[in-house]
Amino acid sequence: MAEGIKDKVAIIGMGCTKFGELWDKSADDLMVDAFQECIQDAGLEKKDINAAWFGVHFEEQSVGKGATSLALALKLPFLPVTRTENFCATATEAFRGACYGVASGAYDIALALGVEKLKDTGYGGLPGGPGLMGTKSALIMPKLTAPGAFAMMATRYFSVYGLSPEDGKRMLAKISAKSHYNGARNPKAHLRREVTEEQILKAPVIAWPLGLFDCCGVSDGAAAAIVTRADLARKFRPDPIYVKALQVAVSSGEELMYTKWDGAHVESGYRAGRQAYKEAGIENPREEISMAEVHDCFSITEAVTMEDLQFSPRGKVKDDIEAGRFNLDGPQPIQPDGGLKCFGHPIGASGLRMLYEMYKQLQGKADLPERQLKNPRLGLTHNMGGFPAMNIVSVAIVGL
Amino acid sequence: MVGITSYGAYIPRYRMNHNTLFTAVGFLLTFPPPGENAVANQDEDALTMAVGAGADCLGSMKREMVDGLYLAGTSQPYVLRQNSALIATALDLPSSIRSADFTGSTRSGTTALLAALDAVNGETCSNVLVCASDCRLSKPGSPQEYLYGDGAASLLVGSEDVIATFEGAYSVCYDFPDRWRASTEKFEHAWEDRFIRDSGYSQFILEAISGLLKRYNLNIKDFAKIAYPGLYPREHGAIAKRLGADPAQLQDTLLSTIGDTGAASPLMMLVAALEDARPNDMILVAGFGSGSDAMFFRVTERISEVGERRAVKKHLAAKKDLASYEKYLAFRNLAPFDLGMRGEISIRTPMSALFRERKVVLSLCGSKCRKCGTAQYPYQRVCVNPDCGAVDQMDDYRFSDKTGVIFTYTGDYLAASMDPPSVYGLVDFEGGGRFWFDFTDCDLESVKVGMPVEMTFRRRYVDEPTGVHGYSWKATPIGG
Repeated sequence: MAEGIKDKVAIIGMGCTKFGELWDKSADDLMVDAFQECIQDAGLEKKDINAAWFGVHFEEQSVGKGATSLALALKLPFLPVTRTENFCATATEAFRGACYGVASGAYDIALALGVEKLKDTGYGGLPGGPGLMGTKSALIMPKLTAPGAFAMMATRYFSVYGLSPEDGKRMLAKISAKSHYNGARNPKAHLRREVTEEQILKAPVIAWPLGLFDCCGVSDGAAAAIVTRADLARKFRPDPIYVKALQVAVSSGEELMYTKWDGAHVESGYRAGRQAYKEAGIENPREEISMAEVHDCFSITEAVTMEDLQFSPRGKVKDDIEAGRFNLDGPQPIQPDGGLKCFGHPIGASGLRMLYEMYKQLQGKADLPERQLKNPRLGLTHNMGGFPAMNIVSVAIVGL
Repeated sequence: MVGITSYGAYIPRYRMNHNTLFTAVGFLLTFPPPGENAVANQDEDALTMAVGAGADCLGSMKREMVDGLYLAGTSQPYVLRQNSALIATALDLPSSIRSADFTGSTRSGTTALLAALDAVNGETCSNVLVCASDCRLSKPGSPQEYLYGDGAASLLVGSEDVIATFEGAYSVCYDFPDRWRASTEKFEHAWEDRFIRDSGYSQFILEAISGLLKRYNLNIKDFAKIAYPGLYPREHGAIAKRLGADPAQLQDTLLSTIGDTGAASPLMMLVAALEDARPNDMILVAGFGSGSDAMFFRVTERISEVGERRAVKKHLAAKKDLASYEKYLAFRNLAPFDLGMRGEISIRTPMSALFRERKVVLSLCGSKCRKCGTAQYPYQRVCVNPDCGAVDQMDDYRFSDKTGVIFTYTGDYLAASMDPPSVYGLVDFEGGGRFWFDFTDCDLESVKVGMPVEMTFRRRYVDEPTGVHGYSWKATPIGG
């Protein structure tokens, strides 16, 4: 039995840019901005870094292939830099690489940086292209978009749990309203406006049954972390944040091609969560996880993720949403920073952006006092890449 | 004994009423002829309709017994890349077959049928599938826009279990310049209508049928049905009169319900005649274009044993009015509608991959595990059943003729489409297997989880920079 990563690695510095439609910022600008905040937070100099992991998803859209763009933007002095790409977990994969790098003893200090410049396509939504199935995409994939792929999970969830479209959509509207409330209070968020349930329900349909406000934004952004071995951490700062679990689960194809999956949950999400709790020694995630940033690319994704991560019983998330369990002032705040809903989803940056919020909250250093949660002890981040029927999910748990 | 052993047809779902055409572009013409035309959906063309007719004709017959495929039509998508070979792959026919495209004239439908009959008669083929299909573009406001309809017919020719024996034929050939279209052109040209009518239509069909009657020493009254295209309703009746036929002998031309389907027209009429035929009926069929082919058949006792076919009757009954002329223009790419920049991304079909994966993409074949019996799409080498995982123990398994139910679905307004929303979803197949497919010929409002679907061969896209017409299978909700 493997030992796992628990308490072997600590985060000693983080940085995160403002997210948004940053027409006057290039990917290079975003990398420099995130890195400068990160290294100043760690109180280090560039020469202290031994290795770097670099996450970007749509490289053709911004920086090109390989890892050179990070080294060039930051002028890293011939360091070992590794590029990661794993859909929406791309940044978490960069973080995972850096953590394993220092945990192995190969390096003392490692950098993880994720960036995505989406707003150079000329159209709304994510860049189009070959997508999930490579060469076969052009040949046999339906004309799927991200909203459509997740809308199919909403259709299925409503059907499996007997929700009328009206009841289902209202449940989802509460999720988005909550995230907008949080995002409105966050200076780094892209969308900073509160939205009412009624506004959400009246918005145009993007992919039935999902409307405009069920969809997250499309933004540019970057975020970074510097990690070291746990035993070295207090040499750099008094309040390092420790890594408790890092897990990834990837679909085997049985959801899409076998007929057992119910379509109303994400199997990889359940599996990655279960593995992460085991690694972190968590027995009751509903009680033990203080807060989480989960992959709310669409409102329905957040709903099923609450069940996949065992925060809510299967089919019962509606009760917890209605009880305000996941609100900023609730017992288990979800998306305290506003989530993908308000930050948008620059794919290669999102995982580290989520960790940034957990890191600041755990340190008691949320940018505005009104956003600071009371005494959080464990924070969870969750990324889901691909589509409900075929995907990868990462779960990271960090804490004091 | 050689003849027809099965029949089938395909008529697209949409109808364009002549009044809709007239309201939109009536200022270019004085009055609308009565009736409506069958018009292809945005993802249909002559090739997809031929596959639809072929699948209807083959029904549940073993595909392996087919050893020839002849395709006829004047509007097939490819000039270079054999359309019949693509159709044979879509129908999952064996590679050991003879295939040919018959084109260049609306007479090609009857000519392809004659060639198939000759091949079986000459014993070089045993079962030849003939598909005739046309989906012709006409200029907005042109007379052809009222005249032409889209549709396909299919006949299986063989020597066993024959439902209508082939008795004889007579052809005439003229370089008749009524209509022409060079290979580089999108629209056809036509000479004066009165010339086409008086020097061609009224002459050639009469000449071919008269020649047939004389060659085989027949009387026109011997025939239960006489089927020839009805481009000019009045002249259609006049030809019969000159032949001495009774109007009751004339097979309905389908002109006011489907329109003139070009090469498919005489074969669709033949299929419709067979649907109502009784043993010993004699049926006379003639095609028109660059002359005329006439031929006749005698219906056998086996006519009642043809399985369930959608053919002409059921297709005629299942229709939906396309009330928007603008949508019709968009579906046929006759006006530069905006798809947004997302819709302008070039597809760049990987042709070598398409050929390698042709059974998956074009034949809709997956695999079935010999160890656990799990059906799966697309073909997998490692069994997808988590409790099995057998490696390389798969048999090919065809999904195109299986029905399924909708597991989940959406209607997507973001995906680039000429007919938003794009409706798609996951389908669970009867007998196992699940995959995601585009849905077609349906309205979002009537689609439901659990609704039955059947599979239909459709055009996925036309990639303008490369000229590639991409095809695959979609799901049609039954009752959607």
